[in-house]
Amino acid sequence: MIDPRHIGHTLPPYVVDVEKGRLKFFAKAIGQTDPVYSDEATAKAAGHPSLPVPPTFLFCMEMDSPNPGALRDLLDLPVPKVLHGEQRFTYHAMAFAGDTLTFQQRIADIYAKKGGLLEFVVRETRVTNQHGQHVADLHGITVVRHG
Amino acid sequence: MASRSYAMVELSQLKTGDVLPTFTTPPVSRLTLALYCGASGDHNPMHVDIDYAKAGGSPDVFAHGMLSMGYLGRLLTNWVPQRRIREYGVRFVAITQVGEAITCSGTVTELFDVNGERRARLSLQTTNQHGQVKLTGDAVVAIA
Repeated sequence: MIDPRHIGHTLPPYVVDVEKGRLKFFAKAIGQTDPVYSDEATAKAAGHPSLPVPPTFLFCMEMDSPNPGALRDLLDLPVPKVLHGEQRFTYHAMAFAGDTLTFQQRIADIYAKKGGLLEFVVRETRVTNQHGQHVADLHGITVVRHG
Repeated sequence: MASRSYAMVELSQLKTGDVLPTFTTPPVSRLTLALYCGASGDHNPMHVDIDYAKAGGSPDVFAHGMLSMGYLGRLLTNWVPQRRIREYGVRFVAITQVGEAITCSGTVTELFDVNGERRARLSLQTTNQHGQVKLTGDAVVAIA
């Protein structure tokens, strides 16, 4: 069982740079052909300071933590049994190539279903930019399947 | 009544039951997964290394859930400028396998106001070529 005493635990914040080349690569990987996501001139013509961070890329940046296994290690999660159950984003401001984003992760909840066969870890992550502006909140649920 | 599909300019005319312009991806290939592995930074070998997958009891590698969430995000940004997206969430209902072509679709379920901003709530899903649901989700976009 995952120890519920970790509910409310806050992980050390970390900073991730939004890199233009990575955004272009990501656009290719998800089949995004709208040039606003890969061509800076098009992005600027659309009123953006540079290439925009697309809706789900904040999750990728969240994984760019200096220790991506921090949560897993803290909770002693069995990696082969771990699945991504849900993911949610609440957006407050757009982010762009050249921004420096700070990620602050918190364990919001830990619970079990089906008599402990399924365990759930809810992670809330607050994202702010280099101006202190609130960019987004991420809400991720990790599922551990036993048996 | 047949459901209607709306372009940006007609957003103010939006009604519950209207559908977003749908699309279907090419079949997910091992190259698709390799590119997503590199670009996303999710290096979990379960998605790209068949030897690792088999050792863990899976018959093959399978797609990252977040790849499909990226596809569904395209459904949203094809429809409205990204700055209008207020919320976007999904549940990963079933695993997307290599070779599956993913259809992304969305329907307007509610129109409402928050702090004077007109918003639409959308129901979203991805399905494979057999109609099996892989992701279900929802989003809230500003429409005026």
